[in-house]
Amino acid sequence: MAISSKRITINLLLIAAVASIPIIEKFVPLGLHISDPMTDVFVYAILGLGLNILTGFTGLLNLGVAAFAAIGAYVFAISTCEIYPFQLGFWSALGLTMAAGALAGFALGAPTLRVRGDYLAIVTLGFGEIVKDVLVNMDSITKGTQGINPLPPPTLFGHELGGSGQYWLFMVIALLVAIGARSLERSRIGRGWISIREDELASRAMGIRPDHAKMLAFATCAALAALAGALTASRLSSSGEPGNYDFQISILALCIVIVGGIGSVRGVLLGALVMVGMNSIVLVKLTELMGGSDAAPPAALAEAHGLQWAFLFVKTWAQNVLISPTNWKFLVFGLALVLMMIFRPEGILPARGAKEDAPDGDEGPGGVAGGVTGGGASPVATKELRP
Amino acid sequence: MQQTVAAAEFLAACALSRVDAVGGFARDGLLSSQEVFTQQLVTGLSNGMIIALIAIGYTMVYGIIELINFAHGDLCMLGAYFALTVVGALGVDQWAGTGGIMGLVLVLVGTAAFCGSLNWSINRLAYRPLRKASKLSLLVSAIGASFILVNLGLFWGGLPMDVFADGTSSAAPKAFPALVSAAPAAQIGDVIYSRTDLLVLCVTLPLMVALTYLVRFTKLGKAMRAVAQNPTGASLMGIDVERVIGASFFIGGSLGGFATVVYSLYNQTVSFQMGYRMGMDAFIAAVLGGIGNLPGAVLGGILIGVIRSMSDGYLEARWTNTVVFGILILILVFRPSGLLGAKLREKV
Repeated sequence: MAISSKRITINLLLIAAVASIPIIEKFVPLGLHISDPMTDVFVYAILGLGLNILTGFTGLLNLGVAAFAAIGAYVFAISTCEIYPFQLGFWSALGLTMAAGALAGFALGAPTLRVRGDYLAIVTLGFGEIVKDVLVNMDSITKGTQGINPLPPPTLFGHELGGSGQYWLFMVIALLVAIGARSLERSRIGRGWISIREDELASRAMGIRPDHAKMLAFATCAALAALAGALTASRLSSSGEPGNYDFQISILALCIVIVGGIGSVRGVLLGALVMVGMNSIVLVKLTELMGGSDAAPPAALAEAHGLQWAFLFVKTWAQNVLISPTNWKFLVFGLALVLMMIFRPEGILPARGAKEDAPDGDEGPGGVAGGVTGGGASPVATKELRP
Repeated sequence: MQQTVAAAEFLAACALSRVDAVGGFARDGLLSSQEVFTQQLVTGLSNGMIIALIAIGYTMVYGIIELINFAHGDLCMLGAYFALTVVGALGVDQWAGTGGIMGLVLVLVGTAAFCGSLNWSINRLAYRPLRKASKLSLLVSAIGASFILVNLGLFWGGLPMDVFADGTSSAAPKAFPALVSAAPAAQIGDVIYSRTDLLVLCVTLPLMVALTYLVRFTKLGKAMRAVAQNPTGASLMGIDVERVIGASFFIGGSLGGFATVVYSLYNQTVSFQMGYRMGMDAFIAAVLGGIGNLPGAVLGGILIGVIRSMSDGYLEARWTNTVVFGILILILVFRPSGLLGAKLREKV
């Protein structure tokens, strides 16, 4: 399907609008400071696009994508930090990081080719936990929970980039990854992935080798996640502690893919904006607006009785936790996942043809997610239940 | 050139540090004696029985609707917070003698009822609308439910009560009062069997027996087995499938409620993030035993408890999680049917 010139215009306008944010912030002092969290959005967009290749295109649910980001961050840190003997430049370290990420993807993908569906999801989750623990425990190499720092900032043609420079560089990288993902989707490889998602047996009959295609999807996903990890490490000048790459990050990435529209590149970009925007802009700004809390002292609560006690109890409770919007973060993630699954499994911006591709009627209202989140890989014929 | 040499040295150091880590695994083993081993075994068995009780909740739900109920561990976390609230409301001080036992029974039953109802409601709200969707949509919904419960736990920890340290730091772990003293109940050789060990046994064993009776010999149990085997067939035979599913969620949840009270009494600390760890241990136990298989869940729970305890004692505690997750991955890759599960047919 050719892209209409109207769509190209819209896309260019959107890109221009996003690119102009640092300039507007510089000259119009609104005091919003959103260019910094927006840089996060670009990094998470790259992570989401990587996950989208594995989970969206190929239909393999990955709950451990943060582990690949961690591997990326640590490979980048070890290859650039001055306390290690390698001290590569930014771009060569980035290349090495992606290669290492792809290798890690192969390492996880190869033994798990036979594992299907929800079991694969759990294996990836276990992988994520093991990587995190190993990074903490191998502290002679990884500095344990301190993380590795300082790291060199991103450079371009020998110039170190500051805040706005990083913003534009990360935006361009995210755009390139998005265009790459879009082209991959339409290429022979991408069509192979999608056919595996829809029906592995049929795609095998059509001459696709599912094992090769899955391994490639794992490697691509891991390389992009490693890239995201390395970019963040470089921006923060630290690998961060291994605990930063926990299950929560994997779920944030999954939310990005699912909320935006699983299998849809534009959807993932929107999902990154919505979820990360919610997480690091809206909730944080709201918390700043709310100001500090002044909980009633316990003594007042002990003296009060009856209705007054109940009122004070609820008021103190609200001031302790409820009033701070950052305390609602998990609820936002959780509700996003449950509500999307129930009411709009195809996401806000569904993948092209998602509706038509929905499998047979027995998949019901969840048909799209049924196809897309990979139920198609092995339709369960009979249940194997042991009493 | 100098850089190359330095790089080579670094890689060599990496290799050596690996050897170090492996050396650490064996090092403490030399100090072992019969008593140390038995003591670790007792601790492992106690924890294992608790894990087993939670694992039953996973395995029942998986057996019936093929869902990895990701929210189960966090349900248990909320149960611990409920129990702590009840304990705080009853007063922390008087827990000796008959009154103490009555109070303990009240906390146990109350928490079980709370967890059971909550699990039933989660099924109703988050899983039932997805009955016809794919397994993975259901799993994603369960992960979402788990995050919602974690957040509710965070809110709950902010309650201005003594037991929650007046709620001033809602995210901090809370101390669970030692209602049952950890004093030795019996000592054989140098091995101490504490009262909490005894408590674990007194709570978990009768529940497992009762559950076995329920599943094997009652009408509801028969209906549950029928639905697990073939939901369509069961509904054609006049079984109200949704009611049976709801009942299994309630039963699984209330077993988790019992387990979480015992867990909190045994470990004496609760936090809103403990559900993930509890849930993963129990899930791994269920998979190890053969998911969907009730005796398997118990066997798996005991094995995981003992493996954790042995790994804490003989390797290093910081590697225990890696060991347990490694076991999970190995089982899922090489024997997904678990120890007691029937051999799965490869489906295409």
